[in-house]
Amino acid sequence: MEKFAQQIVNGLSQGSIYALIALGYTMVYGIVKLINFAHGDIYMIGAYVGFAVTTFTRFGHSRFGFIAALVIAMVACAVLGVCIERIAYKPLRNSSRIAVLITAIGVSLFLDYTLMYFVGAGTRSYPPGVLSDRSFTVGGVVIKYQQVIVVLVSIALMILLQFIVKKTKQGKAMRAVSFDKEAAQLMGINVDRTISFTFLLGSALAGAAGVMVGIYFNSIDPLMGMMPGLKAFVAAVFGGIGSIPGAMVGGLSIGVIETLVAGYGGSLYRDAAVFAILILVLIIKPTGLMGKSTGSKV
Amino acid sequence: MGSKKKGLARGVGVLTWKNLVIFLVTLAAFAIVQALRYLGWINDVYESTLALICVNIILAVSLNLITGFTGQFSLGHAGFMALGAYTCAIVVGYYPTVPGFLIGMLAGGVLAMIFGILIGFPTLRLKGDYLAIATLGMAEIIRVVIQNMNITGGASGLFSNKSMATWPWLFLFTAITILVINNFVKSSRGRACIAIREDEIAAESMGINSTKYKVMAFAIGAFFAGIGGGLYASYFFVIKPTTFSFLMSINILVIVVFGGLGSISGSVISATLLTLLTNFFTISPPVNVFGLFTIDFSRVNMIIYALLLIIIMLFRPKGLMGTTEIGDLFKRQRWRRKSQERVE
Repeated sequence: MEKFAQQIVNGLSQGSIYALIALGYTMVYGIVKLINFAHGDIYMIGAYVGFAVTTFTRFGHSRFGFIAALVIAMVACAVLGVCIERIAYKPLRNSSRIAVLITAIGVSLFLDYTLMYFVGAGTRSYPPGVLSDRSFTVGGVVIKYQQVIVVLVSIALMILLQFIVKKTKQGKAMRAVSFDKEAAQLMGINVDRTISFTFLLGSALAGAAGVMVGIYFNSIDPLMGMMPGLKAFVAAVFGGIGSIPGAMVGGLSIGVIETLVAGYGGSLYRDAAVFAILILVLIIKPTGLMGKSTGSKV
Repeated sequence: MGSKKKGLARGVGVLTWKNLVIFLVTLAAFAIVQALRYLGWINDVYESTLALICVNIILAVSLNLITGFTGQFSLGHAGFMALGAYTCAIVVGYYPTVPGFLIGMLAGGVLAMIFGILIGFPTLRLKGDYLAIATLGMAEIIRVVIQNMNITGGASGLFSNKSMATWPWLFLFTAITILVINNFVKSSRGRACIAIREDEIAAESMGINSTKYKVMAFAIGAFFAGIGGGLYASYFFVIKPTTFSFLMSINILVIVVFGGLGSISGSVISATLLTLLTNFFTISPPVNVFGLFTIDFSRVNMIIYALLLIIIMLFRPKGLMGTTEIGDLFKRQRWRRKSQERVE
């Protein structure tokens, strides 16, 4: 039972990171119907920005190193996400889906290998002491402060996102565009700006996830974004693509399931388990846990 | 116009001028490469490039049947390729002879086809991106399972010390793949597949059993992906699970899209061009640009490749050939010439 609880704790902190990445996928998919393959790489860039801030600047060594790294990485990733959208995706708004998808893959490879060219392919680790690596025990379950912070920051960011989407004018525009692009345009909503704003939000969350992964697992490399990117997409599909609460639930579930499989002897089959779940979900309930089904029109 | 074609042009069975020309061109291509090999102009590096071109052509043409002609977006071709590669390598490991190689190729293709059918039935109900993700997941599962089996050598992969797939075999298998898929696409079944790509609901209401034809295309595509994988394994000695990752599926898809979805000759041309390009970058020494700075292509090849992808999609999203074939270009020209003559 203790082991099970321990796995749940580990799974939740892993899962909240997946959830942060999955939110970007689900928002972008909801609004432009694009699997943004470059999203995992934005997360990777976020991790590297955080690394640079904590290692090379004076902020990084102060008490506010973590906050500084988090905020700067989020801003950098938001700018990057909007630039990518403007340069690579916007001209293809009316092209076939496959053309946009190939472009997204191109952007993803470009980010990976350009960064690799400059920083090398090796792994790097954050300087020690950005966050306290102490831990405390509750009923035999070891909980690290880092895990608590990862979960708390994720929850805070998700609440913030939910507030932006539900309560602000820009969020209302986002929901309108994802519901019906043409109708939204007729109502005077600037669709291009709304799409850019969606990329901005998603990329900022991915940047935050990158910094937290860098601190929590303490190892970053230029190709780190691929697998978590795919898994976060699985999480988004699992929760119901296009649904923000779905992405959160999906991310947490995938994280917990993955940790449980790994914890109970299947560590080699961890990735396979995630994809098997994906295929099962797609076959049984293709709209995911919280997705709405839309009938096909003739 | 009006006058019936005579003699060979009208065709007796397969014996038409067109088929004769195609046969002669194929024979000439083979003869030229064979002659160059005897003259010693093709060294090992060039030959491995040729082998890679053949494998890529097989993979691209088979994926084109699924994605280009039937319109089913698959990101899992590397999984089928892995099945073929490992089956062939294991069989050749036990029987390192030519019959063993042929049995291995066939077994690999058939195994990939069985998997294609098994996976196709449930997943081909999905549409568009969902299907892409499901096939991607399928390929990843295949890779992880291979990585954890004993018979496949786990993460370190399989080694063999004898290359069974010589150039004539590579050429033969490539020619067979193109021939079979080309004929399938032009048959009534192939037309049914194209109808499904154009509009699935309309095709169904015309009495086409869409599931049947989708699974059929998927199975044939998987079979030839297995063949391609088998050739890859037999030519390059070493296969590792990491070879057949997500990136391999992407590479094949890129070849198909670059050549044009729904154009077999487009796939052949783009497989040749892209393989030559990547190989050139990998082996090219650093190039000095006007004495200003040096470009080390082997370090930037992936960056150039990525930029190329983005630029091609921005400026020519239909790919090189669109849905036309090489033959159509000649046809149109001849037709133009004739219509010009008539005007004069």
